[in-house]
Amino acid sequence: MENMVEINNVFYGYKKHDQAEEFLALRGVNLKVKIGEFLVVIGHNGSGKSTLSKHINAIYLPKEGEVIVNGMNTKDISKLWDIRQSAGMVFQNPDNQIVATIVEEDVAFGPENMGVEPKEIRKRVESALKAVRMEEYSKHAPHLLSGGQKQRVAIAGILAMKPKCIILDEPTAMLDPSGRKEVIETIKKLNKEEGITIILITHFMEEAVDADRVVVMDDGKIVAEGTPREVFSKVELLKKLGLDVPQVTELAYELKKSGLNIRQDIITIDELVEELCQLR
Amino acid sequence: MSIKVNNLTFKYMVGTPFEKTALDNVSFEIKDGEFIGLIGHTGSGKSTLIQHLNGLLKPTSGEIYIDDECITAKGVDLKRIRQLVGLVFQYPEHQLFEETVFKDVSYGPKNLGLDEEEIESRVKWALSIVGIDYDKYKDVSPFDLSGGQKRRVAIAGVLAMQPKVLILDEPTAGLDPKGRDEILQNIKNLHKKSKMTIILVSHSMDDVAELADKLIVMYRGKNIIQGTPKEVFRNVETLESIGLAVPQVKYLVQSLNKKGFNLNEDIITVSEAKDAILKALRREKK
Repeated sequence: MENMVEINNVFYGYKKHDQAEEFLALRGVNLKVKIGEFLVVIGHNGSGKSTLSKHINAIYLPKEGEVIVNGMNTKDISKLWDIRQSAGMVFQNPDNQIVATIVEEDVAFGPENMGVEPKEIRKRVESALKAVRMEEYSKHAPHLLSGGQKQRVAIAGILAMKPKCIILDEPTAMLDPSGRKEVIETIKKLNKEEGITIILITHFMEEAVDADRVVVMDDGKIVAEGTPREVFSKVELLKKLGLDVPQVTELAYELKKSGLNIRQDIITIDELVEELCQLR
Repeated sequence: MSIKVNNLTFKYMVGTPFEKTALDNVSFEIKDGEFIGLIGHTGSGKSTLIQHLNGLLKPTSGEIYIDDECITAKGVDLKRIRQLVGLVFQYPEHQLFEETVFKDVSYGPKNLGLDEEEIESRVKWALSIVGIDYDKYKDVSPFDLSGGQKRRVAIAGVLAMQPKVLILDEPTAGLDPKGRDEILQNIKNLHKKSKMTIILVSHSMDDVAELADKLIVMYRGKNIIQGTPKEVFRNVETLESIGLAVPQVKYLVQSLNKKGFNLNEDIITVSEAKDAILKALRREKK
């Protein structure tokens, strides 16, 4: 088995209140996420990103098709807790995810509910807080932390359950620039050093630049996918879908439109500098 | 309307072990019709500051003048001040509560005791500013709208009070790029047309670089830097050390200049960078 997640032709719909017709949020999604992959999902609000992510830990079950997580079908109710332990979720608002009044107790909440031995819990909490660089704050009250710190505590809470995969649904939407950086660096580190599969949903295109693969969703379907370079070179498609590209990619696109002979798949500052230096 | 803040200090829970100085001797002036970007890391005092500007919080010491009226003095009619200074909170869509878009936006003007005709014209005006089609949406439940639309309806509710100063606390947080651009474009047009004084609290350096006439930078309760965006973004190292950043193109310009390009260091937007790079390359060709 080399896939962490397999999503096979999934359809999902729900009724919006006082409307007779069912709204189809997912219309035949196929996606395979490899073990250890760093996948970014982008798409405008309402494109189906969050609905898709909630299928991966069985919060939603597909109307049609199937979702296999770590070899387990999400329709198999007897596997529900194993699935949720394999694939943990982090949401947008850190304040909605923190349950305890002390950081280390919050991180221990997951493993405690799983019935893990107290000794083992202590070990897991310590190493989870270390992994997100919050060990100094283990005795602090979460509400006094900054947004970025709270979000890292939320990630530690997931880590303490030893997941194989973490799904993050716009984890930086409410954070300031440094908080955003802290969280993204933490995610990248967990992916590289711990080999945890990452599925990151975001509206900040700069966060997608280092991913292994980017998937673009629109109207409940996957409309483009590829390396960040392949996806961001489709500036016009992304704009048409109401999405952004990183500022340097946009600048490179504008320069090319004005007649400069430069590559269209530029996604970092260094690449644009190099290209422009060659034109002199 | 102009705003003048003199030596504003605000302490939480004075006299307890939890006493904290949220605003520390803040002074600044905003001219009538200016567009101000207020930036600073989470917890730097931005939200506390703006809640003082319409009298929701009372300073521990210091004064605030709106035009020439001291709103921190005793006996001030705060109801009137709050009409003049409209405040749009973070996630304003959480405050939607009525059955229809019309009812929600008209709630404020109705409470002002205005007549039906005036209320209708204000609702029409406010919805047109935020780009929501009046005839199509007036009878729709606000809860059936998309996230971006909900937020724009909530902003319209504040606009319908016809404030002279509009303060928006992170109006684009959590929106997708299209929703974000729509709201920012609405605010930009509003400022152009009405010459309203606008204060935009934001975590996006790119957005304030595009929109604001002046920036105020908060750090640990103090306003440590202010000036035009170009002036403020010259302080790259200071801004980074206090948890902020500068627009990505600014880093690009710095790298290019290290390689011998001679671009203006004050470039902060994509279109400025584009023009400068094209000009520099053409000059060299000649």
